[in-house]
Amino acid sequence: MKKLLKLGASALAITLAANAATAEGKLVIYNWFEYLPQELIDKFAAQENVEVTMDTFDSNEAMLASLKAGKMGTYDVAMPSDYMVDIMGDEGMLDTFDQEEMPNFSNIMDQWLNVSFDPGRNSSVPYQWGSTSFSVNRDAYKGDINTLAMIFNPPNEVKGKINVLDSQGEVLALGSMYLGIPQCSTDREELKALNNLMLEAKPHWASFGSDVAKDVLVSGDASVGMIWSGFGAKAREEGANIEYAFPKEGYVVWTDSIVLLKDAPNRANALKFMNFMLEPENAAALTNFAAYTAGVKGVEPFLSDTVANSPESNPPAEPIGELVMACPQEVQAVYDTIWTNLKK
Amino acid sequence: MAADLQPKASSSTSTYAGLGIPLILPAWAIIGFFLVLPVMMMLIYSFLTKEFRGGVIWEFSLAAYDQFFFDRGLFGDELPKIEWTYITIFWRSIWQAAAATLLCLVIGFPTAWFIATRTARNRSIWLFLVTIPYWVNLLIRTISMKFLIRDNGPMNELLMASGLISEPIHIINTNLAVQLGLFYSYLPFMVLPIYAAVERYNFALSEAAADLYASRTITLTQIILPTIKPGIIAGCILVFVPSLGAFLAPDLLGGAKNFMIGSLIEEQFKGAAGNWPFGAAASMILLSLVLLVLTLYARQQTREQG
Amino acid sequence: MASKKVDLRRFPGFLPLTYLCLFLLYAPLVIVMIYSFNDSASITRWDSLSLRWYHDVFFGVEAPKFRAATINSITIALMAATSATIVAIMAATAMLRSGRFRGKSASFALINLPLMVPEIVTAVATLIFFSAIGFTAGYLTIVLAHIVFCIPFAYLPIAARMQGIEDVYEQAAQDLYATRFQAFRLVLLPLMTPGILSGFLLAFIISLDDFIITNFVKGAGIETLPTAIYGAVRQGIKPNIMAISTLLLVVSVVFVALSYFVGRMGEKNNDETSTKGDLI
Repeated sequence: MKKLLKLGASALAITLAANAATAEGKLVIYNWFEYLPQELIDKFAAQENVEVTMDTFDSNEAMLASLKAGKMGTYDVAMPSDYMVDIMGDEGMLDTFDQEEMPNFSNIMDQWLNVSFDPGRNSSVPYQWGSTSFSVNRDAYKGDINTLAMIFNPPNEVKGKINVLDSQGEVLALGSMYLGIPQCSTDREELKALNNLMLEAKPHWASFGSDVAKDVLVSGDASVGMIWSGFGAKAREEGANIEYAFPKEGYVVWTDSIVLLKDAPNRANALKFMNFMLEPENAAALTNFAAYTAGVKGVEPFLSDTVANSPESNPPAEPIGELVMACPQEVQAVYDTIWTNLKK
Repeated sequence: MAADLQPKASSSTSTYAGLGIPLILPAWAIIGFFLVLPVMMMLIYSFLTKEFRGGVIWEFSLAAYDQFFFDRGLFGDELPKIEWTYITIFWRSIWQAAAATLLCLVIGFPTAWFIATRTARNRSIWLFLVTIPYWVNLLIRTISMKFLIRDNGPMNELLMASGLISEPIHIINTNLAVQLGLFYSYLPFMVLPIYAAVERYNFALSEAAADLYASRTITLTQIILPTIKPGIIAGCILVFVPSLGAFLAPDLLGGAKNFMIGSLIEEQFKGAAGNWPFGAAASMILLSLVLLVLTLYARQQTREQG
Repeated sequence: MASKKVDLRRFPGFLPLTYLCLFLLYAPLVIVMIYSFNDSASITRWDSLSLRWYHDVFFGVEAPKFRAATINSITIALMAATSATIVAIMAATAMLRSGRFRGKSASFALINLPLMVPEIVTAVATLIFFSAIGFTAGYLTIVLAHIVFCIPFAYLPIAARMQGIEDVYEQAAQDLYATRFQAFRLVLLPLMTPGILSGFLLAFIISLDDFIITNFVKGAGIETLPTAIYGAVRQGIKPNIMAISTLLLVVSVVFVALSYFVGRMGEKNNDETSTKGDLI
């Protein structure tokens, strides 16, 4: 039956002279929202004479789900975080390239070259790295903010005025840090505790949202907002009296990469784009826009002072952040249940 | 609205007798291939197995419906209990849609009545005024509502500046915000059928009642309302049904605590959940609910006519 | 009537409620319109009157994105509305002018089916269908999905109009040796023009308006105006969005007014015509 339908549809496609030809000179990017300035897109488009289109996502999980739901083969590059690169590699969703195909490969900083999620960088190049924690409105709360209790067991002043990122991996990782249990724990009691923590914290949260994370802090709708470091810096720049926390229980660090997707319709342009983003000037322009940190050598002369010195991008020596882990299937199933319980 | 256009025997002529089937064929082909078939496909999908991390495996499974109705604990190995989560979401949606319908009725009925009792010339102007906002993009209407009712939005600022309130009224991210959004989305659907019914109402009946010393209230409840009831019911259905599966109003105005069916389904496809069979099952349940309401309505219609 | 002390058409409180209704309908739109002329980059503070954000819409950084989305929206709406109108004219002729045929009552239900199935369900079903048959989401998937839900909207005014035209004209034409096709093309179709136009405009605006279904079936990198606006608005309402909203609002009002007057024109030409279907 499936075949028959396919046949009918392709017949239909032919009669309608469908979107048959994969036009040359195109590049289709699948990126986080507000994570690539239009100026850089325009610059790349002009430089390589390529027509660039970009779709955006607001969580690693949403990107994975969308790609697995039949969008593979329509995008050239995507910008997942570390653990998601790992997962996508496992799922066979990534293509590989040779270093010779990318003249700027040597610009990658050494610390970002041999990463656990893509040893030797065969499918990905660094994009930006930063951390995930939360910002607190200092007009609303004056006490010590460097604890994850601000989110999971909040003081009365901020109860009901908390926005939490709609990002399973990061929220559950921070929850595990608050409880002092390892990520992707297989221990039943620990998983139950994590589930209970989320359910008890939920009544204090006003909203779930990643794309709204900056706006709710700027508008004052939220007094505490879980947020990515650079996004928090931008909220502060826009006039919110907020401070970014580095909680004593730990926080999440992440490093986003540009990955070359399998079956990319415009592989050559994808490589050109990855190479383009390894150019120090371009990487710096991205950092100046997104307010995170580049993984490319030689960006310093191009960085704006506000971004280079932002408190969000300069964590204290202690505590240190942790990467989000990719959980095995049986733990992931429990994580999914916890997340569903939380979102209902 | 749809009821007005039922093919009536008298208006059906046969200038093109014999061409009926070829002429109707394109409509059948397009709606059949791109709506009926997809809905059947969705039914099939609701019985498939979810793949780890999104995607589906073509293997029969009742897991999606099981997840909807039964709670097997955090690890999936406990004895099944009734799962209230999704029933609650459906119940909340029904409740919100009903509240929005009531809001539309309370405000839409007097409006429709008022318009229908104007002179013929003024009527069309009033109708035009009421329908115009409906043609403005739904997304933009919802955004406008969100902008207006924010904590520090124009409405609160105006009220605070006028000294009527000292603290902003918190509406955004509450049930009321969603109801206001739904009201704003579908109000004309309430006004138009009631208007059509009132327009047809014969006011001699009211005069007769008044002559027999019936009070206004008696006239309204005993004479007018029963006569225009079909218009009211049609209006309620036309507001209730789309409100039930609405996505934009709960998404933009409701925040996290006002999850409705539309958001639940969207989350399975566009969000992080990536559970297509479950999303398909939830859609099937929503569709059944809507068809149930419509069938009850149709049955009641035929009973009243026959 | 004059002898009556009370006007039975009036109920106390109905007039204020009507005004409340109009206020609720227009206040949000008017407020957004006013704020679109605000010079400030913040939406909470009023600065001074300016056209800054209108300039931004046409020449700002995001202008190319919104321009591409607008072009997509308009071309999709044109294609969907044209196809739906043609299908609707044929269907109306079948339903109202072709006597009895098999499946006639089912056909009426089928044509109205897109109105009865909740939009989110249509969206999900279409997405699943295209993905199951391996049809890559793109521009074409949006057009196909739009044609489906535009059909009933085009059908309603067209059928209403056709119902109002007695078939004596066509019969007279046939008596004068016109073929059935000539009778259709030279007699029925011109009489139908107002109904066809308002059906087309209705379908056009419904297609332009759609967000949910488009959002589900659109392919990589393709945006229509509503999906582009939604994407921008999720991160917070910005002044340029208010300017775009105001522009779209004006376009919608012009279209409705056009559809309305076309309908009235028809009413004048043919008193028998019912135009009830023209606006809804």
